[in-house]
Amino acid sequence: MMQELSMNILDVAENSVRAGAGLIEITVDEQPSEDILSITVSDNGCGMTAEQLANVTDPFFTTRSTRKVGLGVPFFKMAAELSGGCFDIQSTVGKGTVVAAHFVLSSIDRMPLGNINETICTLIHCNPSIDFVYRRRLENSEIVLDTREFRRILGNIELNTPDVSRFIRDFLTENTEELLSGKKSE
Amino acid sequence: MKTIAELQALRDEMKEKVGVRKDGEYRMRILVGMATCGIAAGARPVLSAFMKEIETRKLSDVVVSQTGCIGICQFEPVVEIYDSDGTKTTYVHVTPEKVPKIVAQHVVNGNPVVEYTIGANAK
Repeated sequence: MMQELSMNILDVAENSVRAGAGLIEITVDEQPSEDILSITVSDNGCGMTAEQLANVTDPFFTTRSTRKVGLGVPFFKMAAELSGGCFDIQSTVGKGTVVAAHFVLSSIDRMPLGNINETICTLIHCNPSIDFVYRRRLENSEIVLDTREFRRILGNIELNTPDVSRFIRDFLTENTEELLSGKKSE
Repeated sequence: MKTIAELQALRDEMKEKVGVRKDGEYRMRILVGMATCGIAAGARPVLSAFMKEIETRKLSDVVVSQTGCIGICQFEPVVEIYDSDGTKTTYVHVTPEKVPKIVAQHVVNGNPVVEYTIGANAK
């Protein structure tokens, strides 16, 4: 069991990395007026067969050989359902996978979101050849980090260069603070 | 607040001092186990602590990255450090508090912190 939802997001996004994705999109959408927190992780990786998809929420199913359990997706599904929410996963071989979890925001059994910015920084730093689009929405406001835009500006400077990693961390911290304080314009 | 325009300024500043580095050119590689077992045991703050320590010390010849599950889930968070000659040191039950010592003693001065290694902890 993970301590926070952002660790589930990291774990599920790692599946996209292993699926050979070139682009991974992560959206955290908080709608207090509807009492919903929605988290989506989508990728353009290799996708899954119908058989894999049917078994993916079974903790005793894994495509890996180092161990006999695959807990990432079942943990995420369980976290959503514990809050009274729901979970969905769609996948097409050769096209990619979309994982969506919806949480009841006010549920006492909903895990905290936790340090989502550290999750995003970790993913970008450890996978400098993959592009990430991260969206964080609160009501009608949102912040977006698109590494394709960063890459265009940086040219041949890698995204995991220490100075760039620090910039990305500060960028996320400062923009998130502004979003959560309600100062971000709609 | 950080904006994209500031990234352009950073790029111009960096172009003066950095060349393009390829994977094989790093003096040392620090790999943090980032499978479900590692993440659940606290690998993410460990990786973050390594990143910050490398940034602070400006160790541009050291790369911090991730690896999958290597099958010793009971020892997570696990960190493998590869020296330039290919020697591997495996650290187990790593916490963010242990990271500054590993960086100072091993990464900077080349002396592994034996007490944190799998050899000293495997029962």
